[in-house]
Amino acid sequence: MSDADGAWDASPGEAGFKRELTRVIPHLRAFARGLCGRADMADDLVQEALLKAWAARERFEPGTSMRAWTFVILRNAWLTEMRRNRFRGEYDEGVAERILVQPSQQEDPLHLADLHRALLTLPPERREALLLVGAGGFSYEEAAQICNCAVGTIKSRVGRARATLNRMIEDGSMPPRSASEAAAHRAILEELDEIASGGGKFDA
Amino acid sequence: MPEADREKPKKARAPADAEGPRPPDWTDGLKRLYDSVVEEPLPDAFKDLLARLDGDEQ
Repeated sequence: MSDADGAWDASPGEAGFKRELTRVIPHLRAFARGLCGRADMADDLVQEALLKAWAARERFEPGTSMRAWTFVILRNAWLTEMRRNRFRGEYDEGVAERILVQPSQQEDPLHLADLHRALLTLPPERREALLLVGAGGFSYEEAAQICNCAVGTIKSRVGRARATLNRMIEDGSMPPRSASEAAAHRAILEELDEIASGGGKFDA
Repeated sequence: MPEADREKPKKARAPADAEGPRPPDWTDGLKRLYDSVVEEPLPDAFKDLLARLDGDEQ
């Protein structure tokens, strides 16, 4: 059976790669949406990451995690865009209503939209750590590899992100809906300034 | 506590890498945020892009 591997098609590796790549697109979209908030911008990032992944397909090691591999590419695309300040001018203040997920069960005391907005106020390196571990289901070790940092650093970032969200949720300090886009906007601009001026945190 | 260990099936316990006694309620919301995007139908732009990948070989 294994004799046939690689023989039945001109480029079975490529077909398999594309199949796996296709399978991770929904995950790339979810990660990107969490990172940058705007659905259209997130999809742009994913498309860019897909093209880069395709161009680099020979460097992918079969049998390893396509999701982790493409997340690294997506993350790099995101960091590049942030450095270019592309997000700055295009932030859409009214976007929350359009992009944020409506909770399906109305008894849910915490609206997912509120949670998403709170997430977007976190510093980017904590936001991505929490997304990888808390939403994407990666282990700390996998998240550390994706972010190219120490496991302890990821643990600390996730811990701080959780603590901040806990505080916001428990003491009700999450900004009200009407004000939250502005608060998130301000927070993002501050982060971008910090990253643009220093950038050290994201050197990878 | 060994007793508590025995009462709960392993599955119900927090994962080994979780910090703190019990994850707060919103951690489930984070997962649902992520999953809600994962479950969205794929926009046509992605299908177009995938279709282009094969043809664009120089």
